[in-house]
Amino acid sequence: MTAQHLRVDDLACERGGRRVFEHVGFTLAPGGALQVEGANGAGKSSLLRLLAGLLDPAGGTIDNPFAVAWVGHEVTLKPGMTLLAELHHWARIDRRSAADVDAALARFDLSALRELPCSVLSSGQRRRAALARASLSGAALWLLDEPSVGLDAASRARLATTLADHRGGGGLVVAVTHEPLGLDAPQRLRLGE
Amino acid sequence: MSVFIGLVRRDLALALLRPGTLALPVVFFVLVAALFPFAVGPDARLLARIAPGVLWVAALLAALLPVETLVEPDRADGTLDQLVVRGLALELVAAARLIAHWLGFALPLLIALPVAAILLQVPMAVLPRLALGLLLGTPALAALALVAASLTAGLRGGGALAGLIVLPLALPVLIFGVGIAAPGALRLLAASSLVAVAIAPFAAGAALRGATR
Repeated sequence: MTAQHLRVDDLACERGGRRVFEHVGFTLAPGGALQVEGANGAGKSSLLRLLAGLLDPAGGTIDNPFAVAWVGHEVTLKPGMTLLAELHHWARIDRRSAADVDAALARFDLSALRELPCSVLSSGQRRRAALARASLSGAALWLLDEPSVGLDAASRARLATTLADHRGGGGLVVAVTHEPLGLDAPQRLRLGE
Repeated sequence: MSVFIGLVRRDLALALLRPGTLALPVVFFVLVAALFPFAVGPDARLLARIAPGVLWVAALLAALLPVETLVEPDRADGTLDQLVVRGLALELVAAARLIAHWLGFALPLLIALPVAAILLQVPMAVLPRLALGLLLGTPALAALALVAASLTAGLRGGGALAGLIVLPLALPVLIFGVGIAAPGALRLLAASSLVAVAIAPFAAGAALRGATR
């Protein structure tokens, strides 16, 4: 059996009756990374939502055999809940263990904040928590929408390491970004040209 | 199944974080009941006669209060997106929300019912029947509130619109709930409630799918 790929062919996207992009295609193998670039409004986030199945394509096909981990613009943490309770909730749905949660917290240097309610976390800490949730999900395909926004240099380095480890284990990354994420030899896709 | 139970427990835990939101419909319910003796005068016989109707209308209006916080926060903060990418059906999410919402809305209402009934001079002998009626009818109110909340998620002024959706659809429940002493009304009340509860997860799921697109 050949290794499975994420295949996107002749994809078109429409939002509010406007054609955002069309004829977008790429193939991503396990271990691969795709960096999506383009001006504001070029449809980067829409492409990510299409890949996540959160949006229906206006044309073309997406063949995605992988489970998806999603890091959107929203960090999706309930204000009154502790960081640990939030990650445990999603880990339960993903059928991951408490040890996975601990490892993810350590990976993004959040262990000391675990008992704090999410409402007191800074925006950078919330973003790290969202990345930790994706990293412990066990999903092979990570869809990241500007994952480095609000992160300090140390956290960016942690993100780069985490992404490299994930790819090393056969994982795939599709990231929308305006700045380098430290991805090793990513494929690039420029929208809006 | 364990995921479903996890969703219900999570919704209940989140509801308990904001006890004020849980208490609001109940306080509203009792206040409306307290208003009527002032409005129509202290005639005990008149009050006792209109009491079931007043209590049901109060419950119906109280059911509208939580509509804006029932679904919209989960759409706005990306919770629905996270659930969808994990392959969970929004119908399942809606069904879990319905159960949690009913527990958080109807149980406090039933506990407050004796207070409201005393304010309206309802004879104690009638109280169990009223409680049974509310027990059977509130699942429908919770279901309609959930559907309205899902349909209006993300819309400005969604709360007011939700009222226009819920109130006409709640008419059967209101009619059979108030006339619960009539022959067959109890069964018809239960039937209307069952229909609402059976349809609501699918209607809400479809509406939420539209809201996340």
